[in-house]
Amino acid sequence: MRWGIIVFPGSCDDHDVYYCLKRVLRQRVEFVWHKDRLVGRWDCLVLPGGFSYGDYLRAGAMARFSPIMQGVVEFARRGGLVLGICNGFQILCEAGLLPGTLMRNASLHFICRPVFLRLEENDSPFTCAGKKGQLLRFPIKHGEGCYYADRLTLRRLRRNRQILLRYVDEKGKTSASANPNGSLDHIAGVCNENRNVFGLMPHPEQAAEKLLGGEDGLRIFASVAATCGKGERRKWLA
Amino acid sequence: MSAGVRIGSLMRVKVYVTLKGAVLDPQGKAVEQSLHSMGYGGVEEVRMGKYLEFKLKASSRSEAEAQVRQMCEKLLANPVIEDYRFEIEEATGSRH
Repeated sequence: MRWGIIVFPGSCDDHDVYYCLKRVLRQRVEFVWHKDRLVGRWDCLVLPGGFSYGDYLRAGAMARFSPIMQGVVEFARRGGLVLGICNGFQILCEAGLLPGTLMRNASLHFICRPVFLRLEENDSPFTCAGKKGQLLRFPIKHGEGCYYADRLTLRRLRRNRQILLRYVDEKGKTSASANPNGSLDHIAGVCNENRNVFGLMPHPEQAAEKLLGGEDGLRIFASVAATCGKGERRKWLA
Repeated sequence: MSAGVRIGSLMRVKVYVTLKGAVLDPQGKAVEQSLHSMGYGGVEEVRMGKYLEFKLKASSRSEAEAQVRQMCEKLLANPVIEDYRFEIEEATGSRH
């Protein structure tokens, strides 16, 4: 399978994703510059973390108008897999590929530390290598990670089981103290109705090696690789 | 059709972007707390928004309004959490 990592001016975790995919998981992966057009066959596109366009106006607000995004949106509408990490999640929300939005952390602090996450649903191309209810640990590093959506949207997300990851404590329970940024319903990651687009605030690419603190993040990438490898992607399409 | 707007007028646009009522505003809260500690105990419910100002060339006031509305919907405001309103006046300073 072929992975593409979209690089915007201000993206900074693109290289971490590349290292994780190429060196740890031995995948075929390339960088795609934001001004380029999307040409050729891709299996999964990753929008990495960082501060695209300096987070000016709102995080992700201007990146969504980068030339590459037209191709990314069409790719997603055709059922292609798109993974947005941190700033990537913000861009996907701004582009309307995911519901809701990310706001300033409730504490107003930039938080940089490992968190516990609970894998809520494993019937998606991004979580199928995990178990429902599984505890994972990867780092967050963001100032605007507070997920918000209106009541109707939240109801829809719950009904369609689109909430794939929640912030929890070490016992796997949600609570105000286990929620680092005030996210609605402790949401750390959501997918779209079609389950082919997934956005999460924590960084799986930075939990890819035991030596550096843990490898729970590999589960997200391995899920995608397993899905595409077996050609099962079609299963997720409506 | 408003009178007095010449073809190809330069307009001055002021856009106010504000948080929707239901949305939590920790920045507003922090400002409120600072104002209280400065002695302004009468301050309540501080909400912070954004203000943008720009000039716009348009052939009519209605064209300018349509364009500014599109700009707000697409970029300047995030409809999930923000409302917007705007004012348009001729850049020469005369109001309509």
